[in-house]
Parts: sequence; C-alpha cells; structure tokens
Amino acid sequence: MGNVLTIILKRLALGLLTLLIVSVVIFVAVNLLPGDFAEAILGQGATPEAVASIRRDLGLDQPLVTRYFDWLGGALQGDLGSSFAQANFASFTGTTSGATTVAEQIAPRFGNTMFLAMVTAAIAVPFSIVLGILAALYRNTVFDRATNIFTLSSISSPEFFLAYILILFLAVLNPIFPSLSNIFDGMPFSERLEKSMLPALTLTLVVTAHMMRMTRAAIINLLASPYIEMARLKGLSPMRVIVRHALPNALAPIINVIALNLAYLITGVVVVEVVFVYPGIGQLFVDSVKIRDIPVVQACCLIFATAFILLNLTADIMSILSNPRLRHPK
Amino acid sequence: MSDQPLVKMRGVKLEGRSDEVWSPIINGVDLTLARGEVLGLIGESGAGKSTLGLAAMGYTRDGVRISEGTVEFDGIDLLKASAATKRELLGKRIAYVAQSAAASFNPAHKLMDQHVEGPVQHHVMSRAESEADGIELYRKLRLPNPEQIGFRYPHQVSGGQLQRCMTAMAMSCRPDLIIFDEPTTALDVTTQIEVLASIRDIVEQFNTAAIYITHDLAVVAQMADRIKVLLKGDEVETADTRTMLSAPTQEYTKSLWAVRSFERPKKPAVQTGAVPVVSVQSVDAAYGTVPVLHDVSFDMHEGRTVAVVGESGSGKSTTARCITGLLPPKAGQIMVDGQVMPADYRKRSKDQLRQVQMIYQMADTALNPRMSIGQIIARPVQFYLGLTGAAKRKKVDKLLEQIELEPTQYYNRLPSELSGGQKQRIGIARALAAEPKFIICDEVTSALDQLVAEGILRLLARLQDELALSYMFITHDLATVKAIADEVVVMKDGRVVEQGLKDEMFTPPHHPYTDLLLSSVPEMDPDWLNNLLAERGVDNIGDAAVNKM
Repeated sequence: MGNVLTIILKRLALGLLTLLIVSVVIFVAVNLLPGDFAEAILGQGATPEAVASIRRDLGLDQPLVTRYFDWLGGALQGDLGSSFAQANFASFTGTTSGATTVAEQIAPRFGNTMFLAMVTAAIAVPFSIVLGILAALYRNTVFDRATNIFTLSSISSPEFFLAYILILFLAVLNPIFPSLSNIFDGMPFSERLEKSMLPALTLTLVVTAHMMRMTRAAIINLLASPYIEMARLKGLSPMRVIVRHALPNALAPIINVIALNLAYLITGVVVVEVVFVYPGIGQLFVDSVKIRDIPVVQACCLIFATAFILLNLTADIMSILSNPRLRHPK
Repeated sequence: MSDQPLVKMRGVKLEGRSDEVWSPIINGVDLTLARGEVLGLIGESGAGKSTLGLAAMGYTRDGVRISEGTVEFDGIDLLKASAATKRELLGKRIAYVAQSAAASFNPAHKLMDQHVEGPVQHHVMSRAESEADGIELYRKLRLPNPEQIGFRYPHQVSGGQLQRCMTAMAMSCRPDLIIFDEPTTALDVTTQIEVLASIRDIVEQFNTAAIYITHDLAVVAQMADRIKVLLKGDEVETADTRTMLSAPTQEYTKSLWAVRSFERPKKPAVQTGAVPVVSVQSVDAAYGTVPVLHDVSFDMHEGRTVAVVGESGSGKSTTARCITGLLPPKAGQIMVDGQVMPADYRKRSKDQLRQVQMIYQMADTALNPRMSIGQIIARPVQFYLGLTGAAKRKKVDKLLEQIELEPTQYYNRLPSELSGGQKQRIGIARALAAEPKFIICDEVTSALDQLVAEGILRLLARLQDELALSYMFITHDLATVKAIADEVVVMKDGRVVEQGLKDEMFTPPHHPYTDLLLSSVPEMDPDWLNNLLAERGVDNIGDAAVNKM
C-alpha cells in the first residue's frame, strides 16, 4: 500500500499547485474583461470623478499584483472578500438580500447546485453504466444501435431544447413533475427532490451518452483479450463474462469519464438553471460577470476549478485503486 | 463408458476472414481421440494447430468460421448444438489451457476465485468443496505453498506456477478432455520441465484425454501417445509417437526432424594479446533502485560469436542495453576496440554509435510499418555513411543482395507484405547498413519457426565469414548456441556463472547451473522425461532445482 499512498500524496500536491496556477489565470482573465464594476454600475452618465471614487473605495486603483496577493491572502484564510454589489451598492443593483460577504452569498447557491448534481449523478451514473453493459452484451444488435442513436441525439440537442421537451411531456401533457424548480431554504427533502426532478432528468440526458459509450467501448475493447476467451471457454454466460471478467478491468477509463461529467454537472449547468429557474451557482456567476462583481466571479471560478481538480483527483485515485497490481504489490 | 471415440472430427474446414475475404485455414482434417488418449498436434506457425484445437471444442475466434465438416464430442454434434448446450460442456467436460497463463488469468481476481468459478457456475461443487479440491490439485501439481497460493493475484505468481494453476483450473470440474495450447512455449527450459511433468502426471491420474498443441517436437515426444503433423492447414501424417519419431514417412516430417543438424566449424583460438572488439568490464547496472547486473565481465573478439545464455530475468538483455548505452551502467565500463565508450548513448559520437548495432527479437515491432523496405534500410545508410541519391540506392541494393532478397522486388514493399523470416532479414540489413564491426543479436530466432530460424542462422554465419563481424548472440535456446557460438557466457541472476569456449561448455564437468540448463533441454527421445525424473527425482526439477543453486 505504501507506493499507492505516495502516488496519492504526489497527485494531491500537484492538485494544489494546479489550483494556484488556476487562481492566477482567473485573476488575470477577469481583470482583462473590458470595463470594471465602477463603469458597469454608473452606466453611461458616469463622471470621471464618481468612477475614480468608487474605484478608490473598492481598491480597484491598486496595481494588479497587489490586488492578487490581497485576494490570495484572504482566500487562503477562507475569506473570499465582500461582494462589490452587496457591500455598498445594493440600491443600484436592486438586490436586497442581507448577505454581504461572498461566502454568504455563494453558500446557499452552491448547496443547491451540489444537490442537483448529486440527484442527477444518482440517476445518470447507474443508468449509463447499465446501458453501456447491455450495449456491449448485445453489441451490433438493434438494441445497441437504438441505444446509441438515442444517447447521441440527446447529447447533440441543445440543453434548453431537451428541457422544453421534458416540460412538454412530463409537466404540461402529463403533469407529473413541476416545471418550475424554485427551491428555497428549509424546503422538505421530498419536495425539493420533486422540484429538482425535471432539471435532473434533462442533465441526465445530456451526460448519459458520454458515460454509456465509454462503458461500452472500454468493455468491447477487452473482449479480444485472452482472459475473456478463457472465461468463455469455461462455459460462463455472456452476462457473467462481461460483468465479472471485462468490467473490473475496464473501470479506469469509465471512472475518468464519470468524473469529467460530474465536474460538468457542477460547473456547466447555467442554461438548465435558467430554463427551470433553479437558484444554482451558475446563474449567480453569470449575473456577477454582467456587473463585473469581481470577488464573486473569482470565488465562483475558484470553486469550479476546485471541483474539477478534486473530481479528477478522485478519479485518478480510484483508477489506481482499481488496478490490482498497485493494490497488491508482489 | 462406450466404445465410441470421445472426439470425432470429420472433414473439418476452417476459414479466416481478412479484409472481408474468407480464406481457408484448415482444408478438411479428420481427428479422432479416444478416452484417456493424448494426441500431439504439431506444425509450424500458421499451420492452423490452435484453430483446429479450438474447433475441437466447438469454438472459433472472431473472424474464423467452420465452413464444412462435423465435430462430435461424446456423440454430441458441437456444430449443431445450441449456445447453451455448448456452455454446459465447456469448462465442465471440455477445458482449455492457454499458451500464456499470465494473459489468460483475469488480472482483477484472485487465482482461487477463478478456479472455483467453473465448478460453482456448472453446479458441480459448492464453493467450499471446490476450494478444498483446488488446494488438493495445487498439491498434486507440486505447487509451492498449496494452501496459500490460490489466494494471490495472478501478477504475484511466477510464470511456471501460473501455468500449473491454469492446469489445476482446467481440472477443476474433472473434464473428459483438455486442450493444451502451447502451454510451455513461454517458459524457460528449467521451468518447462516441471510443468510438463505435472501436466503428464495429472492427465494420467484422472485418465483425461488431451490434445497437446506445440511446435516443439521434443516436448510433444514426452507428452503424446499419438502425433498428428499439420502443414498449412493440411494433415501430413498421423502415427503413434514412437513410430513417428523413428520412422516418419513423409518428407516434411523428416525435414522437421532434421532441422537441428546445422553446426558451424570450429574456429582457431583467439591470439593472445589481441584487442577485443567489445569488452564488458565489471559492469553493475540497475533499473531505478533494483540492481540487475553484478560485476559482469566478458570479451568479444573479431569474427567470433559469443552466445550469452540464461533464463528470463538473468540480465542478458540488460547487458546488451549497457553495451549500446541505452542503460548507463552504475559501475564498470564498456570498451570498443580498446577505447572506453561514454556510458550514455547520447554522449557517443556518430562513429561510436555506428560500431555497435542491434538486431531485435520481434522483427514485427522493430520495423516501422509505414516505411518501405528501401526507406528502412536507407535511413542508417544516409545517417551513418552520409550517402545520398544514387549512391544511397546502390548501397541499399547491395545490402538487399547480401541478405538474399531481390532488390527490385523488395525495395518498395512494406514490412506487412513480408513473412516473419524476411522481416528478420530486413532487420539484419538495417544493422549491416551502418557497416558495424559488432552486432548484438537479441533472441533473433526465437519468434521464428525452426526451418526459417535455421536460414537466418546460416545467413548470419555467412555474413560473419565475409565481413569479419563479431556477434553477441543473446538466446535461451541451447540448440542455437550449439549451432553457431564460438564462446559461451552463462548468466544467472545478473551474474556471469560460467564462460569459456563452446566445446568446453558442452563437455563435462560443467558448472552446476550450466549442467541444469543443459539437462533441461528436451530431447527427441520419448523416454527422456522419464529418465530425467528418475535420475533427478520429482522434487529436484524446475524452480526447486534452480533455487538450490
């Protein structure tokens, strides 16, 4: 086990380094956006004095490097700063929530996003893997082709289109699930789940194709190997050959694709959130970019980057653990 | 028990598909196997032995089909039987032992889990019964630590042991028939013996019928009651083992028997004080922190062949990597023509690199599949000799003539259009292109059939005479050593255990390890294994004997 631990620690250190680099990229990129918060808030009638005054108040007049290290220092201590918009200019932006720090503002939204991601993952991951196994088992049959066509068409359609189709069939024609997902704090779990169902199903359709096709391909890739031939020559059923003999050796690529899709569920669901009015982090992110609320944008980016890195790290570690040579050294 | 044969194949034709065209692999072969009988199936690669062996199980690989004929197992027509009926037979009454146990055990599961799978899935035994039986079989097969070995993963067990575990797995349901598909080809000679002895014992003990597929005549002589010889999908002849060995009727069979006759004349001794072409001096080497070579020293002289022999893992190829500079030694040095070579090939000059060339075991992977033969050979011609245009073409043509391939015919072909032996010849031409003094031949004939291999050995011998080349010949095949070596270096566990002239090495007294290696090479005599076992005792063969060294 010693060498596995070393590998994991190395990956972890590498992950932290990546995060640091990403934070620099985020900071520079956000500051490359044309205009800043002061200009965005004051609009066309801004006098140079007013703009300069707001910049001074928010520290926007400091050099980039100073601002980066101030921000990094805060972030390392868990302080992501205060939202420009919420701190002093709530009246300008029309928002009235009491949250002033970035953390307070993001926390509930992030919780909602995680909830939706988990509900989706709970449906999509088992669904795709089972579908992938069945497609591998019945490869080149009508079932296999139908599955491929279905998943490929759903991944090729725009998300909002899938969302409206689901609303049409599952909310309008057959009112099974609500079409609006306006969840809020303190809502009972069952109601939360029911309201999240349509966005979760939409996202499931989006991520299934990738995972299912990788499962199918990774399994079929192994079917020519000598140990699969041996399993067949032992007179095992085709299902057992695939599930017991091919799948455990196909896990590494499948796990990686799952991680990639889970990361997408956390970072890339703005459109679905908008369609279902779901109060997730994606909407907050887009709104903040619009008004150049830089602390919020940076915090969101950092969360997305962390999610990506953590999930890929988990995938790496699980791939390593799925290899018996590393789990049980000689 | 009825009188009808266990396996009855009549007029079986098999076809293989390549590029959407079906071409014949087996052109109508009959095969009959009685209960408890062991049939040896021999032939060169491409003869269709494995395909026929699998067909006897009613199984074909993807891209292969049985186009005609009948296959009956104990009166059941396997070609008409449903998939479910065949699954009921496979594993339970017909079992298979594959060539590479390392590839044929599932890396994700423990050996015992794979062992009990057949009996449990076929409802022959409960898991607990099958586990107990497995341990008993491991003991019968003389595996070390039979109680524990089943609870390891395949990668934790050595090749010879794994091959015996696979035989145990094949035995798990006490089948009537086992197909052994080259079960010892991938093993070292000393390990091979114990696997052969184990397989033979257990097959006799349970009166199991077997089809034993191999290309090694000496092996099949030990194992089979009857031998069937195949050539390019046709049966050449069938006879019982002793008749076949003493009085083969067909020319092809006789030629197979006669292959090992090639031997080079003895060369005069090296003059004292002659500077060796290559001198390996006290070399230590390691992969990372794992030491591989310990104080390896030997010299190679002009126009002579030094055979480096030893089992897998003994450090033969690592020594070659040190000489070429691919693996800089931790200590010691490599001298060429009396000059110390930089340890790392990146620090060697073009001329220093030119002097040491290499020919590889797998010509398939050593030639760039997208380059034509002409391009492959022209590259070193241009790189080392600086020839271009017509001069380059002329040199390539000359090299092709030297390896006995017609330049106009082969210049524009791709490696995939060549046979295995021709590809190896291209590998030789590529090494010659640099006009080296010294060539390392790393198992250059071990992937080839005997007749083809002999052609390569004769070519190398001729080139040596013409060009005064020195060869370092890495091999584990002692027949090859006998054929072409002038001097022999025996390696074990990264050390040189014995070195000297070939005649000295092949005449007693030997170093005990050399003795073990020599006595482990199977001979054509059907009683060889019995005599050896009687002489050494069952507990003194294979790994056990090696470990006593």
